[in-house]
Amino acid sequence: MTIDSLPTAAPIAAASTGRRQARMDPAIMAETLRGETGVAAAGNMGLLPRLVAHFHALSGSLGGQVLTFTLTIAAALLASMPMIWIGGSDLWRTAGALFGGALGSGPAIAETLVQMVPLLIAGLAVAVAFHASLFNIGVEGQLVFGGLVAGIVGASLDLPPTLLMVVCILAGMAGGALFALIPALLKAYRGAHEVVTTIMMNFVAVAIYEYAVSPTGPFVAADQPSATERVPDGARLPIIWEGTRLHAGLPVALAAVIVVMWVLYRTPAGFRLRLMGANQGAARASGVSIARVTILAMLASGALAGLAGAVQVLGVFGRFYAAFSPGYGFDAIAVALLGALSPVGVIASAFFFAVLHAGSVPLQAVAGISREMVGVVSGLVVAFVAAQPAALRLLSALRRRYAGAAQQVGQADTEASK
Amino acid sequence: MNPGREETLTTDGAPRPDTTPPAIRLVGVSKHFGPVKANRSIDLSVRPGSIHGLLGENGAGKSTLMKILFGMMRPDAGRIEIGGRPVAFRSSADALSAGIGMVQQHFSLIGKLTVVENLILGRAATGFVGRWLRPLDLESARRRAIELSERLGFGIDPMARCETLSVSARQKVEILKALWGGVTTLVLDEPTAALSPPDAEELYALLQNLQRQGTTIVLISHKMPEIMRLCDRVTVLRDGAVAGEADVPRTFADPAERHALEAKLVRLMIGRNRPEVPSRSSHIWPSVLSVRQLSDGERFGPIDLDVRGGEILAVVGVEGNGQAQFVELLMGLRPAAGGSITLDGRNVTGMSTLNRFQSGIAHIPEDRHNLAVADAMSIVDNASIGFVDGAPFAPTPFWLSRRRRARFAAGIVRRHKVRAASIEGPVTSLSGGNQQKLVVGRELSRAPRLMIAAQPTRGLDIGSTAAVHEALIGLRDRGGGVLLLSLDLTEVFTIADRIVVLRQGCIVGETTTAEADIDRIGSWMSGVEQEARP
Repeated sequence: MTIDSLPTAAPIAAASTGRRQARMDPAIMAETLRGETGVAAAGNMGLLPRLVAHFHALSGSLGGQVLTFTLTIAAALLASMPMIWIGGSDLWRTAGALFGGALGSGPAIAETLVQMVPLLIAGLAVAVAFHASLFNIGVEGQLVFGGLVAGIVGASLDLPPTLLMVVCILAGMAGGALFALIPALLKAYRGAHEVVTTIMMNFVAVAIYEYAVSPTGPFVAADQPSATERVPDGARLPIIWEGTRLHAGLPVALAAVIVVMWVLYRTPAGFRLRLMGANQGAARASGVSIARVTILAMLASGALAGLAGAVQVLGVFGRFYAAFSPGYGFDAIAVALLGALSPVGVIASAFFFAVLHAGSVPLQAVAGISREMVGVVSGLVVAFVAAQPAALRLLSALRRRYAGAAQQVGQADTEASK
Repeated sequence: MNPGREETLTTDGAPRPDTTPPAIRLVGVSKHFGPVKANRSIDLSVRPGSIHGLLGENGAGKSTLMKILFGMMRPDAGRIEIGGRPVAFRSSADALSAGIGMVQQHFSLIGKLTVVENLILGRAATGFVGRWLRPLDLESARRRAIELSERLGFGIDPMARCETLSVSARQKVEILKALWGGVTTLVLDEPTAALSPPDAEELYALLQNLQRQGTTIVLISHKMPEIMRLCDRVTVLRDGAVAGEADVPRTFADPAERHALEAKLVRLMIGRNRPEVPSRSSHIWPSVLSVRQLSDGERFGPIDLDVRGGEILAVVGVEGNGQAQFVELLMGLRPAAGGSITLDGRNVTGMSTLNRFQSGIAHIPEDRHNLAVADAMSIVDNASIGFVDGAPFAPTPFWLSRRRRARFAAGIVRRHKVRAASIEGPVTSLSGGNQQKLVVGRELSRAPRLMIAAQPTRGLDIGSTAAVHEALIGLRDRGGGVLLLSLDLTEVFTIADRIVVLRQGCIVGETTTAEADIDRIGSWMSGVEQEARP
């Protein structure tokens, strides 16, 4: 090893290196860059094992995640059965109406995907905040405000259509971020808990848009109460499946998933965010500015929420409607939790909730079940997600008792604490 | 050092020849948590009416053993006998009804309630009526509390709110609470940890009084004087196993005999003789760290201190005398109200934590769980904490290398012999000692000029401790400075070159290890003596 034979002067030389270089022992640095040791083996693992190892590193065990996801959904659906039965409906017909309505035909699938887009993006917004250990309940307010800003910008600016579309989306993101900035500053510099402040900001958002599109408000449309003027057609998100409402918001959402994944796991800022979320003390002790990361995390979360609002306004309605969101921001919490905060997991859980939403209309029409049942199911999902740690702990306790082998204790506890 | 070698002064464990069965007998009790064996086949026999000491360093398995005895944990193997009858406790309620009471190390009183209310909390009442409808019989409880308190000489007002009581009075309430149900055996876990010396004296007298009245007492402690003073017999635990047992005579014919016994017990406890001093640094370079008149404007400082290159300077003192504040000031986690910190001639007083890393300070935090590792993250992520600003891992803000970080983590794992199944696994898959080795390796990779090591070996097994010491000594030999904050004088004598004593935020004494005298350091720590500093 060259480490032990370091000249004494070397560390001093390292101290004078430039700003964009982390101080590191030169010998260790050389070894790290040379790459002749350790996980060179990763190179000959093959693509799939490497992918799996990657996801394993991201989120415990991939198989465990998939299993947890499936079991949680199954438990929620199972628990809602007695209520459907009490309501006097036939379970099979209900299931048929729900899943047939959401997935039974091409247009039905398209409609489900339309429902999925805002849930997915808003779910990412919640997940990003959660990774920093921040509970952003204000996604709904940020989403609505972002949608309002996008609608106003789209209706009032006179720009080439494509440029206008981009400007609208950026304006929506800026609006959402701005709305998250206030709780972020209060949290970072005053210690006000973000749950309280973001909830209150939700009411502020409602008050603002109600004023903006009230009959005497500054942005209300001439032809439509409680809405802004239309965004020019060219500036709307294009339809990507002819004959349906499915718009370019879907690729935008999937791109957002990739960007969030990259930022969280492959950038220094994301590392700091996750470190702060995992252990604030360790983050602070290693020189991370808690205030700064808190603000950045909330801004990112708010910007994603605003993106969800803007995409909904530009993709589905073409204008801002009051109450255009049936509570996407709140469902997003369930989406993020069911997806175990992993960006890929959020895709799966957003799809599940989209099925519920899209299936609720046929559910009411065919099976005669109130669409409120969807709310019940999503509430149950949250309850079962909340019960996961307890269930896992119970499971590991049982395993310990019967198998005797306690090798997995640490492992199980880690899973349980997620 | 001779790890692994166990010494037994008397071969015991079986009941005494006399006919009374032992008050408590543990046979082959084992308990493990994952890979950590907290208790390994422990045999223990406590004579009725005696005070039995359970001596051992932090992490030796004392508390686990007593939790098993008190029914709070179940052993993986072994059996427990109380008064000759085998028992299997399912909960602490079972232990209480078998006559075993326990005073935990941390107080469990509710401040807003009175003493009596605390005493009867969770007691007795059975059946629906008793539990939900019948009014609490506070009056008779009060009478009983007064009677018990007088009989034992506690002098506690049963109607006082617990939050208004002093620490020592609360300790007494804890003991009353443990004795309330008519227990015959009382287990105390480090009862004097929070007490001042006079209060501890009072507690000793009280325990002896209890013993005279026929209560069997098990005293868990790592304080030698208190064991020598009170106990009739002592069992020494080390690394989860019984290292040896000894009878403690009430009187010693000769002080030398007493010292010999103490030395034997210390050797059993730490597994080696008073450590021979390893080779000291051959060469002392100029100061790496110079601290002048540093204070935080509250209870710390002002202090002056120098750490020279090629030197390990130990800062010792009773816990809570400013060690934490000192580290925070040095790391830039707490603003300095006055004074200066100079590293290799550069003033770092106003620098951010990150810039201090860049200037050559590294930090092994005292509280690994809260300050050094992030449990939810992988070993690779934990290895790269503090390295993600700039090259080699993040030459641009838009990219953080996976491969380089993995290679870096693998390097630490290899060099510091961290036992890890996979570096992609969570850091919690490592044992505490291996996590610490990872942290030490990470901090050494910063090419530190000054390493701040705050209790770097607390709770580690002997092998990991030796590895950490070796790493610090290696850094010293290469010309770096080490500031070691430790509560463990054995460790200080093993590796430090110079010792300063911190008391109430100020340096009250300084000596070289070669000339150090334990009693003198002790008197500095406790404030009996204050060195006149130039």
